[in-house]
Amino acid sequence: MDIAKVVEDVAFNLLKQAVIYLPEDVKKALEKAYAEETSETGKTQLKAILDNIELAEKYKAPVCQDTGTIIFYAQAGAEVRNLDKVEEALVKATRRATKEIPLRPNAVDPFTQKNSGDNTGRFIPYINWEIVPGDSLELTVMTKGGGSENVCVTGMLVPGEGINGLKKFVIESVIKAGAQPCPPTILGVAMGGGADIAMKLAKKALLRPLDQPNPNPEIAKLEKELYEAANMTGIGPMGLGGKTTVLGVHVEYAFRHPASFPAAVAFNCWAARRATARIHADGSVEYLTHKGLV
Amino acid sequence: MAVYHLKTPISEEEIRKLKVNDTIYITGTIVTARDQAHRRALEYFKQGKPLPINLEGLAVFHCGPVVSKEGEKWVAVAAGPTTSTRMDIFEDEFIKNFKVRVVIGKGGMGKRTTDAMAKYGAVYGAFTGGAAILAAKAIKNVRGVEWLDLGTPEALWIFEVEDFGPLTVAIDSHGNNLFTDVAKAVEENRKKIYEKLGLQL
Repeated sequence: MDIAKVVEDVAFNLLKQAVIYLPEDVKKALEKAYAEETSETGKTQLKAILDNIELAEKYKAPVCQDTGTIIFYAQAGAEVRNLDKVEEALVKATRRATKEIPLRPNAVDPFTQKNSGDNTGRFIPYINWEIVPGDSLELTVMTKGGGSENVCVTGMLVPGEGINGLKKFVIESVIKAGAQPCPPTILGVAMGGGADIAMKLAKKALLRPLDQPNPNPEIAKLEKELYEAANMTGIGPMGLGGKTTVLGVHVEYAFRHPASFPAAVAFNCWAARRATARIHADGSVEYLTHKGLV
Repeated sequence: MAVYHLKTPISEEEIRKLKVNDTIYITGTIVTARDQAHRRALEYFKQGKPLPINLEGLAVFHCGPVVSKEGEKWVAVAAGPTTSTRMDIFEDEFIKNFKVRVVIGKGGMGKRTTDAMAKYGAVYGAFTGGAAILAAKAIKNVRGVEWLDLGTPEALWIFEVEDFGPLTVAIDSHGNNLFTDVAKAVEENRKKIYEKLGLQL
């Protein structure tokens, strides 16, 4: 197969699916939040969100005007050939998507402040590579909103405080973020590794569907505890008060240095956009998150 | 918590009726302005130059829309609100000088703006962040655009809207600020959370 061509088409389709159609698990969580919200103001906000999601699907328009920073996660089977062609194909797909969907151009040179106009530039779109056994290539795109990115935090906690230090860090981060990340948000939380590793894991945790707790029951318990605590803050939808501040909390971890307790909290706005597809060795494509929406 | 349908130009009397947590929908004219447009408008006022549009009784919208030009006609494709706190340094003078009655945005505004709204009679209407299509569909016509030299997100877009909303009154003209109230409640809740998690403050 012509991997460059296939990857470009698949990535274009994934971008389109992601920015227009929110994943089913996110929609379900928002519907549940709307049904359970007791604050009238909070309910008004959630209703506006649900109406907006419906309109975006109806008019095939991006669900939010901030089409975010484009990040790809590539899980490459060790037997897949010509992987060196993938990066260029993803850049091409990004340019095409920006023009044709259209997406708001969101890639700015931090030194000159110039916007490239096509969502590409140095290291953007960013590609996270992972090598796995097999002969297929799994591609995921996340279009990450700026408002929620602005409150992402990394902290080097005190190891002696243990898990309580992490709980405190997460709750304080949620309180400090307030209305800014467009709540209800999804939290990716990570501990261990190092400053960079923690944030990388926290951000990747945002890709996990809301109905999938961490397979480790102890970590799953921590996720539930943090979820309930974050929703006790009363920040509510859009920070206008209510019981829905987060839709879910996903925790990941890596082993840490004895003297360090790195932690990270990655926020995603309610418009938590992602899409995944698998490209098989024969060139056939399986869309995993948005079946039938190409 | 009442629901109001307001038509521009909106009078001070109508604004004074509104309380925080009320819901409003606006029909008429709203004008976008972000940081740069606020700055320029205030400079114009200082120099005694008139603005390209009289804002009295209208709503100003913190928004950098996605627009497309179809032939000679501009169309708003996506038009959700941007974070309002950046305009806090301009808004009190803006309300005082141009007599706008509604400020639309997300995330809320501070004491300076809250005081100006109480003094001159204006409210802050919170529009759901990210609800870009909901906003765009209420924009029935792009009547014009001014100051396009500032770039499309920063220009003054003059929109004719029908039932634009829902906007939650988050700052009313009586000194109440919903975001401040929520922040106070969160402070109280923090204690309960720490207790529940077995943490020390």
